[in-house]
Amino acid sequence: MPGNVIELRDLVKTYHVGETEVRALRGVSYAIGNGDFLAIMGPSGSGKSSLMNILGCLDRPTSGEYFLDGEEVSTFDKNKLARIRNTKIGFVFQSFNLLSRTTALENTELPLLYSTMNGGDMTERALAALAAVGLKDRAHHKTNQLSGGEQQRVAIARALLNNPTLILADEPTGNLDSTTSSEVMNIFKSLNEEKGMTIIMVTHEPDIAAWAGKRIYLKDGLIVREEKS
Amino acid sequence: MIKRSIKHGLQTLRIANRALGRNKMRSFLTALGIIIGVGAVIAMVSIGEGAKRGIEDRFASMGTNLLFVSPGSQNQRGVHGGWGSMTTLKEDDAYALLECPAVQYISPSVSARAQTVYGNKNWNTSISGTGERYPEVRNWEVELGTYFDEALVKSAAKVCVLGADVKTNLFEDEDPIGKVIRIKKIPFKVLGVLKKRGESGGFGSRDDMITIPYTTAMRRLQGIDYIQSVDVRAVSAESMAEAVAQIQEVLRNRHRIAPGAEDDFTVRNMSEIAETAAEATQMMTVLLGSIAGISLLVGGIGIMNIMLVSVTERIREIGLRMAVGAREVDILLQFLTEAIVLSLMGGLIGIAFGIGASKLIKKIKMFSAFKTVVSADSVMLAFFFAAAIGIFFGFYPARKASRLDPIEALRYE
Repeated sequence: MPGNVIELRDLVKTYHVGETEVRALRGVSYAIGNGDFLAIMGPSGSGKSSLMNILGCLDRPTSGEYFLDGEEVSTFDKNKLARIRNTKIGFVFQSFNLLSRTTALENTELPLLYSTMNGGDMTERALAALAAVGLKDRAHHKTNQLSGGEQQRVAIARALLNNPTLILADEPTGNLDSTTSSEVMNIFKSLNEEKGMTIIMVTHEPDIAAWAGKRIYLKDGLIVREEKS
Repeated sequence: MIKRSIKHGLQTLRIANRALGRNKMRSFLTALGIIIGVGAVIAMVSIGEGAKRGIEDRFASMGTNLLFVSPGSQNQRGVHGGWGSMTTLKEDDAYALLECPAVQYISPSVSARAQTVYGNKNWNTSISGTGERYPEVRNWEVELGTYFDEALVKSAAKVCVLGADVKTNLFEDEDPIGKVIRIKKIPFKVLGVLKKRGESGGFGSRDDMITIPYTTAMRRLQGIDYIQSVDVRAVSAESMAEAVAQIQEVLRNRHRIAPGAEDDFTVRNMSEIAETAAEATQMMTVLLGSIAGISLLVGGIGIMNIMLVSVTERIREIGLRMAVGAREVDILLQFLTEAIVLSLMGGLIGIAFGIGASKLIKKIKMFSAFKTVVSADSVMLAFFFAAAIGIFFGFYPARKASRLDPIEALRYE
């Protein structure tokens, strides 16, 4: 499977809510190539979030295999998963999830605090990441002094910091208006096209999904449709 | 490897400091419990230590070869009236002790409290009736004038020697020698002033007293024909046991006590009394310290409380940190470090506060009887206790934080 960053083989995820069994994913198989920009779509309850959590190594599948960068992460324990999240995955959330009363720079540095790599000067790298999202001059502003779009750009800078294999964006424009949404999407697009970053984005807005090169649709825990632009 | 873990440790410390810095007021209030607790432990223990030191000083200054003979048996049950209430010890008994080869000096003792008046000043103080050898027996020099001699004791003369405090209170800067003061309205001529001995922790000043011939105390102040006790100075510290045996023999003979019957007097050794007193003050120190320790414990519970609130408040932050790669142990250490930093900061400020408080206690007039001594032991103990409290009470909230599920934590509203 050269060229594939992600390989999913028959992923199943079952939750137990009291007595009843909820089958969130019922056998998802898919491959995502290096440099892909993929949007995952589907109604609520379709298994989007479950898939996203497994892709982000926050959760493990009940059965099936998940290969990330050639490693079978579905067998990893909690600590190994934390290491994978730190080195290979950059998260962007709907609600930004920045630390309050903390500067943009300090927020961006966060993943380095849990990194064992001696990757040069922390501040320098964080500044470079902020420059990549066009916020170098805002580095020392506190998060509450930034607009929504700027906050999400700080979150993207944070995701970029450890040079991840994969960026996972969960409804990244859900809390933004349409102008700032396109600003943010432009950043994703240029990261994908110019730097060849692999990006996976969950969204339910078709016009946001349209920015991606590929779209898959989930329904009842299965991929029902795939589209390419 | 070591370098990396040091770097990691510093980073954890930095995260904790930032988190605490974001909430300065709350951090301070949380630490306040520890500040007061540590401060109280140090201040209280310093009072106890001061009392102990005072007693040790007092006994040391009197010398170790001092014995006290008092009437009544130590083992006597039932009617035990305490010091001075028995009438079986007479003047002649005291002088008979001089027959003992191991006894150097004796001084009979009869004491009372009385109002003393000089001019328009008056002062309530303790009156010690003593023999002429009192300064030698008690190892106490006369600073001004002279002590009364044998002839004055024999004649029950109305003369006195003042303690340094009494001199200050009645005479201020005036020269007291040759002046007449009134004790219970009886005029006494001042012969001399004793050298100042200084405060003794918790037990009042030793300089607040007047000595007069014991004969005068018996006949003119108390109207009694017995003495309350005898101070005996042995020839040397090594001959103490010998002296005790000889005293017992002489007194048993004089009191015609049959062999096998109980003594009707008690001979006590200075060092025994010193030990008993030291035990009592040690107990006081432990008591004061543990009461203060309880406030330290309450401070620790305060830390746990605030840390639990802080964990709940920062669930999303914890989720985020986990998402960007924090392991369980990273989160655990972060919150534990916060608790420890809080309690150590509290501990340091508390030490300063405690030392300040014990200095202040010394300065305030109302507490002038307390001589406080801050010992390095109590400071170390309080500090490590504070650190231990940080670890103990910080662990539960930290563990709770580290056990959160990242997915739920990220979604938490």
